[in-house]
Amino acid sequence: MKRTLKTLAVAALAIGLTASTASAQVLFWSNQAVPVEETQKMREQVLKAFPGGVDFQPQEPGPFITRIQAETEAGSGAIGVVGGLYGDLANFADSWVDLSDVDLSGVTVSPAFMELGKFGTAEQKFLPWMQANYVMAANKQALQYLPEGADINNLTYDQVIAWAKNLAEQTGSPKFGFPAGPKGLKHRFFQGFLLPAFTGSEVTKFRSAEAEQAWGKFKELWQYTNPASTNYDFMQEPLLTGDVWLAFDHIARLSEAFNQKPDDFVAFPAPSGPKGRAFMPVLAGIAVPKSAPDVAKSKELIKYMMQPEQQVATLLATNFFPTTDAALPAELPASARALGPAVQAMTSSPDALPALLPVGLGDKAGQFNQVYIDAFERIVLANQDVRQVLDQQAETLRQLMVTTGAPCWLPDAPSEGPCPVE
Amino acid sequence: MNSKTLPYLLLAPATIFLVVFFLWPFLQIAWLAFTTEGGFTMQHFQTMAGNWKFWPTFWNTVILAAIVVPLQLVMALAMAQVVAKLKTTRNTILYIFTIPLGLSDLAAGIIWLAIFEQSGFLNSMLVGLGVVDKPILFLGYQNLWVIFIAVILAELWRATAIVMVILVSGMGLIPKEYYEAAEVFGAGPWKRFVKVTLPMLKPSIQTAMILRTIAAFEVFAVVVALGGTTLPVLVGETFNWQFALNDRNVAAAFALVILAISIAATLVFLRVLRTPKGATL
Repeated sequence: MKRTLKTLAVAALAIGLTASTASAQVLFWSNQAVPVEETQKMREQVLKAFPGGVDFQPQEPGPFITRIQAETEAGSGAIGVVGGLYGDLANFADSWVDLSDVDLSGVTVSPAFMELGKFGTAEQKFLPWMQANYVMAANKQALQYLPEGADINNLTYDQVIAWAKNLAEQTGSPKFGFPAGPKGLKHRFFQGFLLPAFTGSEVTKFRSAEAEQAWGKFKELWQYTNPASTNYDFMQEPLLTGDVWLAFDHIARLSEAFNQKPDDFVAFPAPSGPKGRAFMPVLAGIAVPKSAPDVAKSKELIKYMMQPEQQVATLLATNFFPTTDAALPAELPASARALGPAVQAMTSSPDALPALLPVGLGDKAGQFNQVYIDAFERIVLANQDVRQVLDQQAETLRQLMVTTGAPCWLPDAPSEGPCPVE
Repeated sequence: MNSKTLPYLLLAPATIFLVVFFLWPFLQIAWLAFTTEGGFTMQHFQTMAGNWKFWPTFWNTVILAAIVVPLQLVMALAMAQVVAKLKTTRNTILYIFTIPLGLSDLAAGIIWLAIFEQSGFLNSMLVGLGVVDKPILFLGYQNLWVIFIAVILAELWRATAIVMVILVSGMGLIPKEYYEAAEVFGAGPWKRFVKVTLPMLKPSIQTAMILRTIAAFEVFAVVVALGGTTLPVLVGETFNWQFALNDRNVAAAFALVILAISIAATLVFLRVLRTPKGATL
């Protein structure tokens, strides 16, 4: 009996010890760098040198939001630093500590991004952590099928369709690929590229005649799309196997293709439509919740993350580019060398039309995405009537905007009250 | 120990377990499904049923169960018959039959995905044999029925053994005298199976059917592995509403629909396969 008690006491002590060492680390709660290779690189290459250690915990969107919600509501918690996209952080704008006193001496951050980090207040709610975008990528074998007179850095949607058509007809099978798999980022293409390029709007003109035209164009493109696209989550895989020669995706989901076969692929800007070259910049930020156990320590970690070494290490880990003026090393991986200029060409093109990720939708962001996914599945996969589907989905979208009260974001004109769906 | 209280004491742990882990969560789910901040509402059910995917999802689940469960019953009866007849290798065969039971259903789904994928075993074999020139896309959105067949195959492979195990133990309980008597009256093997085995096996069949049908309505991981979101089923949609769309109320409504059809199926089996009083062994 005595012996058992002794064992128990030792065990209890051991548990207590591990618990206390664990709590000395800063808990970094993130919805970025979720794929396991990225997580590992974040832990081993970016965060390892931070004094005291960091417990980096990437999460799926649902659990990510739920725990932040729980901790901010409770007013106390274990999360030290939150890393998320602009829209995720905007949902909890009041729950973040003011970071304007974090000493960034020697680091210059993009002023536009710093401004976004204030959410229109006087406080610095988050610091810009890293940025990304979506581009097109093609196998070099596909270049000979480019329609006549087309400039790869200045394509239109019609030219992309013509190109995909040439590829399908002259190679014997459809070679355009689209990330329409269960975890693919198809909704971002509709929200930030296709619809704004034709309507100049992400939400307001969801059911306009121009939107109908946009979906018509996409249906046309879909005829020349590899039907396995509904299984593709990351376009780098079918690009590497050669099943797809022309694709659209997030740069982080194309990078492996460039890293493994740097000489086989080219990256270039997304096409332009009647209203411009719409694209969706992705800005991730880091913030400190007011409920953090040790705010000073959390701020140190924020400062650490903004340093040039960590910004470059983050680029290597996640393929997200720095938000600071950190000097990029000469020996960059092939993906960064190919994708960086494509992003640059797209964002600085004369007809550039940035369309932001949804803002202010809180935990309803998933339902917002579902509106676009449903529209795609119904119009393109199930071949339902475009007008009818848009009318019905617009109703769901309108209700969502009213429930969340989210005002319009770019490229839609600012609204008073919830963003209207015309 | 008082002999009157003993049965209740013995029942207590199981009862407490059920109340805490089944009844209480069930009440919470029902509460979520029928209430909003303003009180009682049917709105979550309207959202659920009004979604364009609801009816395809519902029918996919029901049709899948309606195909899988009867097939499993027939196969399990045959397998159980074989196992029951064996003398020396009985245990070995039984173990081999039940291997798939040891796998998680997601693992089973992934095994079948490895077979049917565009770069999977089946395609490599067909290309290797020269039957086709290039791999076929079996699990594409255009051939929903192929995904359906793949899911049925995976489910048959994975879960038929549980039905068989129940039937084997049921067959062991049938007294030899019935078969001997049937033989004396000149009944052949088929007649003995239909007139003796099947009726005597009814309680076991009932149990097996209830268990399998409820599990079939809850099919999820296998479908996700093979069909992604192309073939929606009820549990998959529940998961989607809970975690992707972050609407717990509608997810709860879905959960109640699954519960309702499970209860309905159980009642049907209890009624159709009931053993009249006094007719037990």
